[in-house]
Amino acid sequence: MSQLKIIGKPISRDDAWAKAKGELKYADDFSLPGMLYGKVLHSKYPAAKIISINTEKAKQFSGVRAVLTAGDVPHNETVTRFGQSSEVGKGFEGLYRVLADKKVRFMGEAIALLAADTEEIAEEAINLIEVEYEPLPGVFDPVEAMQPGAYLVGEVDSNIIAQFGCAQGDIERGFKEADIIIEDTYKVPFVDHAYLETESGIAWIDENSVINIRVGSQVIEHFRDVADVLGLPHNRVRYRGTMMGGGFGGKEDITVETYLALLTWKTKKPVRLVYSREESILCHSKRHPFIMHYKVGAKKDGKLVALEAELISDAGAYPYLSPWVNLYATVNAAGPYCIPHIKVNTYCVLTNNTFTSANRGFGAPQPNMAYESIMDELAHQLSINPLEIRRINCLTTGKALSTTGQTFKTYVALPEVAEKAWEALGNPTRIKDKYKKVGQGLAIGLMSYGRMTFLHDSSRCYVRLESDGSILIRSGIPDLGGGQVSILCQIVAEELGVPMSKINIYYSDTALTPLAGTTTATRQTYMSGNAALKAAREIKKRLIYKAAQMMNVHTDNLDIGEEKIIVKYKPSQYLPLIEAIKACNADGIELFCEAQFNGPFTMTPDLSNIRGMIFPDFTFGAQAVEIAVDIETGEVEVLKLVTCYDVGKAINPLSVEGQMEGGSIYGLGYALMEEVIIKDGVTLTPSFSEYIIPTSADVPEAKAILVESGGGLGPYGAKGIGEPACSIIAPAILNAIYNAVGVRIKSLPATPEKIIRTLKGQFN
Amino acid sequence: MKKMEIEFILNGKKRKIEVKPNDLLINIIREDLYLTGTKYGCGLGECGVCTVLLNGEPVLSCLTLAITVDGKEITTIEGLAQGDELHPLQKAFLKNGAVQCGFCTPGMILTATALLRENPDATEDEIRNYMRGNLCRCTGYVQIIKAIKECTSIKNKGLTN
Repeated sequence: MSQLKIIGKPISRDDAWAKAKGELKYADDFSLPGMLYGKVLHSKYPAAKIISINTEKAKQFSGVRAVLTAGDVPHNETVTRFGQSSEVGKGFEGLYRVLADKKVRFMGEAIALLAADTEEIAEEAINLIEVEYEPLPGVFDPVEAMQPGAYLVGEVDSNIIAQFGCAQGDIERGFKEADIIIEDTYKVPFVDHAYLETESGIAWIDENSVINIRVGSQVIEHFRDVADVLGLPHNRVRYRGTMMGGGFGGKEDITVETYLALLTWKTKKPVRLVYSREESILCHSKRHPFIMHYKVGAKKDGKLVALEAELISDAGAYPYLSPWVNLYATVNAAGPYCIPHIKVNTYCVLTNNTFTSANRGFGAPQPNMAYESIMDELAHQLSINPLEIRRINCLTTGKALSTTGQTFKTYVALPEVAEKAWEALGNPTRIKDKYKKVGQGLAIGLMSYGRMTFLHDSSRCYVRLESDGSILIRSGIPDLGGGQVSILCQIVAEELGVPMSKINIYYSDTALTPLAGTTTATRQTYMSGNAALKAAREIKKRLIYKAAQMMNVHTDNLDIGEEKIIVKYKPSQYLPLIEAIKACNADGIELFCEAQFNGPFTMTPDLSNIRGMIFPDFTFGAQAVEIAVDIETGEVEVLKLVTCYDVGKAINPLSVEGQMEGGSIYGLGYALMEEVIIKDGVTLTPSFSEYIIPTSADVPEAKAILVESGGGLGPYGAKGIGEPACSIIAPAILNAIYNAVGVRIKSLPATPEKIIRTLKGQFN
Repeated sequence: MKKMEIEFILNGKKRKIEVKPNDLLINIIREDLYLTGTKYGCGLGECGVCTVLLNGEPVLSCLTLAITVDGKEITTIEGLAQGDELHPLQKAFLKNGAVQCGFCTPGMILTATALLRENPDATEDEIRNYMRGNLCRCTGYVQIIKAIKECTSIKNKGLTN
């Protein structure tokens, strides 16, 4: 590893230059001559019958070019798919309904689409569409929605859309063996992704009758889904993905693409559509709220013996990725702990709330908040130090995940990360203000990287060495801001011994770049990184083969670096890369390669008792925080924040630290301030004045500690970090609050109001 | 609505354009002048991604009527670098990894420019406080604050508070 020249170096990202200069063109920074402006009419009610829709006034309004309702959509109802290669069964496919038909399921559901000559006309005309509703009672609480006889959100006979289970050992025996049992219920709210770039894009029809959609999407494979809606062959829809202004899972489902495609298909003109912030919050997916009943039993010495969990999540009005998120939550339910007796049951339930789907962490942060709160309570009741109770129980290399029995063959960085994070926190800060109480908290966790193995995931990458020694990469990889694209450049630069400045990459185009799969599931460094590595190494092999002939040196003794092919034992003897390229070109040796990397493949598991390998591998981490609670106001100030993960190998340490710090603060918002408040189906927080995310004044300096075990499945031993980075911090903060003032907050966010009320309750 | 002619200096160059009384500055900059480095994020002045400098002061272009900039000087992110020579803040953002998705970056850098002009010796607390109107969802602000701190005057460098 010591010879690496570009990998492992904190380098400025390939895409950062254009972003800092304001030159990068995002999805809505693009216009075409004769372009129309699209608008969506959203439902005013969370649950209602649509009696009639009258579009006449809107259609006759001067400057309006098209108005579409459900009846105008060729295939208004299809199924949700997310680019998987294998058939995974109906359990994971939900209804994808483009425009509401006969009935609305949530406030904000799309009912009609409109395109007009100007934005102003579109805005005015959309309000001329008359919808007659008959409000229905609806159901807004998942527990209520589970009951027999509950209002039915959809058209099937139950609101429960997915159920999962995991079991091992004998749960009753486990609790009998326990000296102490803790039982409690924890709740987490709806969360908005709050990416600063709202859902937006532009579509047009090209000279080959192909519908082009220029959009920021984490899943460009949705081109197939859009084609299915239009009844077109898949090769007649092309996604040209742009760099995203943040994604966090919110651009994993189709957002505005289908609307754009329909409007351009109908009008034959380019159409642009940009969601307002209000539309983004009201109409697009949220993180799942969960209600989590936990019962955990342990011996006096702190050793865990049994864990029983029932998780109920609110899917909102349509399934989207809910079944998958709930499967993640189920597998994560027992955390990174060895527990002989386990029983987990998860229920995912439709309601008339805004639909929920992927959000950074994908079902891992929710149970983590519950089990790490319980672990802290257990430590407190048994008078064991918070680090020690985790040391006693945590997974280590060679052990198996308690929920599924999947054995860890790669290095498990526990308790190492916990020890490092806790130690870095140091002694509690002394504060003179007698109304401020200082507390420290710790939490650990795990999260998978790479998609579920029964999806048979793959990624492709094309690399071409040009005759002047520059390199062209083509990869379908979408970049949501995490530096996914730059990572591929770095890997190819390293392998072929050229500087980053000589690399150019084309990305995220379903017609011209090989499909690299979704930028989700923390999979791109692992999957597309390996695809790029494979392609680059193939070209490297061919160059070295030719150079060996020219230099009369065995191939084993040659390496590439600094645009030279060098004799390993005598670096002064080399062949300039350009000479090797010339010779290869003259001999017809191919200096391009499209490679495919496949993750491990497994069968779809029995969903009622999930066993065996579900994910390729996991990332382990720990977070430690120090906070001060103002006992007069309930306000929490985070004083210190430490994040420690085994990232395997940091390909670009700057990017990895950025993920760990950014993830921590994303999770800090979850812990202390963020909640999309939906009351009887009506969103009460439709702007950044009501939906509060952390600002620069709210956050401490996060200290990121990178453990590089080299044990990951990605290139150079890298693991994924994007989602794991945000999944552990919330309970660390809750545990610190408990440590400071003896109040255990069991529902997020831990707002000042909640803390002060709980404190007062305790003082009474 | 009747259009009016306004004249202003944009990134050092005199511009004369016609605007309607209700045109927002953000739309004029993005749609008429094709400077898309100024971003739309909320339209309500809550996120800061549409920040531009008006006579050196940061303003939210989504809340500013275009006619009010008549006779004034506007700087957008495109006006900060001198050709290929980046502004020190742009360099510091790149060097410190302060750019992730990049959507907040233009507004962030412009606000920081104003901060350092007003207060070249800004402490970390002053930086955090001044920048609070510019939201970032990716970085957790750590690398952004570090980049700005690096651009404060020499005498304050390395000091924590």
